[in-house]
Amino acid sequence: MTGNHQTLALLLFSVFIAITLGITTWVSRNRHGSAEEFYAGGRLFSPMENGFAIAGDYMSAASFLGISGLIALFGYDGLLYSVGFLVAWLVVLFLVAELVRNCGRFTLADVVAARMSERPVRIAAGTSSVTVSVLYLVAQMVGAGTLVALLLGGEGEAARAWTVIGVGALMVVYVSLGGMRATTWIQIVKAVLLMGGAIALTVLVLMRFHGDFDDLLRTAAERSGHGAAFLAPGLKYGGDWTARLDFISLGLALVLGTAGLPHILSRFYTVPTARAARRSVVWSIGLIGGFYLMTIVLGFGAAAIVGPAAVRASNAAGNTAVPLLALDLGGGAGSTGGAVLFAIVAAIAFATILAVVAGITLASSASVAHDLYASLRRRRSKPYSEVAVARTAAVGIGAVAIALGLLARDLNVAFLVGLAFAVAASANLPVLLYSLFWRGFTTRGAVWSVYGGLVPAVVLVLLSPVVSGSPESLFPGVDFQYFPLQNPGLVSVPLGFLAGWLGTVTSVEPADEAKHAETEVRSLTGAGAV
Amino acid sequence: MQSSTGRSRRRAGGSESAVEGRGAAPADVRFDDPWYDALASGWGEVDGTGGAPPVVPAAREEGRAAGDVYVEVQRSAAFQEVRRRYRRFVIPGVAIFFSWYVGYVVTATTAPGLMARPVAGAVNVAMLAGLGQFLTTFLFTWAYARHARLRRDRAALDLRWDTQELTRGIAGGER
Repeated sequence: MTGNHQTLALLLFSVFIAITLGITTWVSRNRHGSAEEFYAGGRLFSPMENGFAIAGDYMSAASFLGISGLIALFGYDGLLYSVGFLVAWLVVLFLVAELVRNCGRFTLADVVAARMSERPVRIAAGTSSVTVSVLYLVAQMVGAGTLVALLLGGEGEAARAWTVIGVGALMVVYVSLGGMRATTWIQIVKAVLLMGGAIALTVLVLMRFHGDFDDLLRTAAERSGHGAAFLAPGLKYGGDWTARLDFISLGLALVLGTAGLPHILSRFYTVPTARAARRSVVWSIGLIGGFYLMTIVLGFGAAAIVGPAAVRASNAAGNTAVPLLALDLGGGAGSTGGAVLFAIVAAIAFATILAVVAGITLASSASVAHDLYASLRRRRSKPYSEVAVARTAAVGIGAVAIALGLLARDLNVAFLVGLAFAVAASANLPVLLYSLFWRGFTTRGAVWSVYGGLVPAVVLVLLSPVVSGSPESLFPGVDFQYFPLQNPGLVSVPLGFLAGWLGTVTSVEPADEAKHAETEVRSLTGAGAV
Repeated sequence: MQSSTGRSRRRAGGSESAVEGRGAAPADVRFDDPWYDALASGWGEVDGTGGAPPVVPAAREEGRAAGDVYVEVQRSAAFQEVRRRYRRFVIPGVAIFFSWYVGYVVTATTAPGLMARPVAGAVNVAMLAGLGQFLTTFLFTWAYARHARLRRDRAALDLRWDTQELTRGIAGGER
């Protein structure tokens, strides 16, 4: 990378940081410090604003850089990811968004605890939410480090560490000062930037091929060296049955995990009604679907214009495909246009990471303060104290994420995201669906369902080839690999549902009919919703 | 809410039959899309009194009496109609899109030969199936939003006010 790129990209990074810090200060200029405001931004966002913010929260660097990179390297198999990420939103729209908005206040645990004995349920749901958030957070931190190392070329090691620390510090500032309102505006700005960048690149790619998508596909297949196989599934997940089962497992985790992600669920509380929550999901499905359609063009475009060999030479995981594509579309290396476009894409990726990180930190600090702290300590009377705890928790989570991000910097980003989805699908989704739809669900069932999904998901990953037993593992030297799949979803999601059912049928106390009636009536009508 | 009643918007014909059976809403009061474009004012009205504390926990701590209201509402014909409409759309919907997605993933991993069959030019079955997933997702989203808007929103809103009236009565008007 030439000095040209670096200066311009760093300049754009700084501009984005300045703008977002400006937003944070502006938004927090006359805050009241109420929990309503800190966790839910006062619940006054419009569906369109929230739709953009949801899209900004959801489309991480893994989507922007990762998926198009996978398409550039493996063709059709990369596209399978984007389908899973999008279809997942139907689960959210049909089963979760409106009902959660009607029943809860700030977190996932609110919905479950309304029906159950509050303390054990809050502790369980809070623990799993924090686990999911931290995994997701580490993935984003590692992504930020990789991106900057890539930009700065060889002198990366120290710069990477400082980037991770810097991103962590920034997110703590955003969240603890600005709360949900600042986080939401940062996500909206980021979503607009990301969509704008993707649209511009897509148009440039299509112009290069005179609008002929068929020509684009044929050129991509030719340059990949795989021919027609590049446009069909199997290049990455073909091979033996373990690889295939692994992909089915990942597909299951992706489609079911989104509805259990704490930072996505908390976004529904920022709008006034269930109807507004539904309309924001419709907005976000439009944005996210459009974005993933564009990543398909960008991915195949990178394969056709840059070529998989050049992409792989730059980054083995393919994460640099889109920046390289931008460089070429702008006029090639050394040209001003190339440098500008490259810097813009890098800055957008950086903005993406910061916005996602802020959203997750906020959601997990809400889980710590609203669920864990409130249950483990004697609750003080004033809501202000809970917000103070949440601000402190944001600092603590920032520190944990920085430490883990530095430790895991060589881990595959996509893997961590996949794991976060798997844990969310196994631990959070079963308890949420059971609470909303099962009349006989009990406290024991709720607690068992959370731990019955969380523990297997985490343990299976520890025993998987990701951690040990293969050259690419986290600890290649040792071998305690007893589980063949990289993604635990295929096993742990059914276990979460099974544990919830088992806990319920073995409970001694029956389900509380009146509380079930309350949850059902409130979830479908919005009566008593805050 | 009455502020937004002047607007008249097209609404599905038979959707309110169950609710109107309860005589809940006077004929001249039209709660049509209450928060459609008046979010801020809508929000204020929900709570009634500006800085009032959240209603939910209060309703829960009121004990049996408030719980009885919810049981009563749950057993009412109007609520069962709303719930039936929701389930009759959502259960088949989820079954269809979930099996279509799982079928797609399983076919892509187990039968790559079938997926590689060319259709037109460079476009093959796999590409069509993938784009088909995008298309059906958009279609399901549109269908769900439309169904909810036309078949559920109005009835659910009426039930919401009725239920809140009942629980408020128990709490002694203090909320």
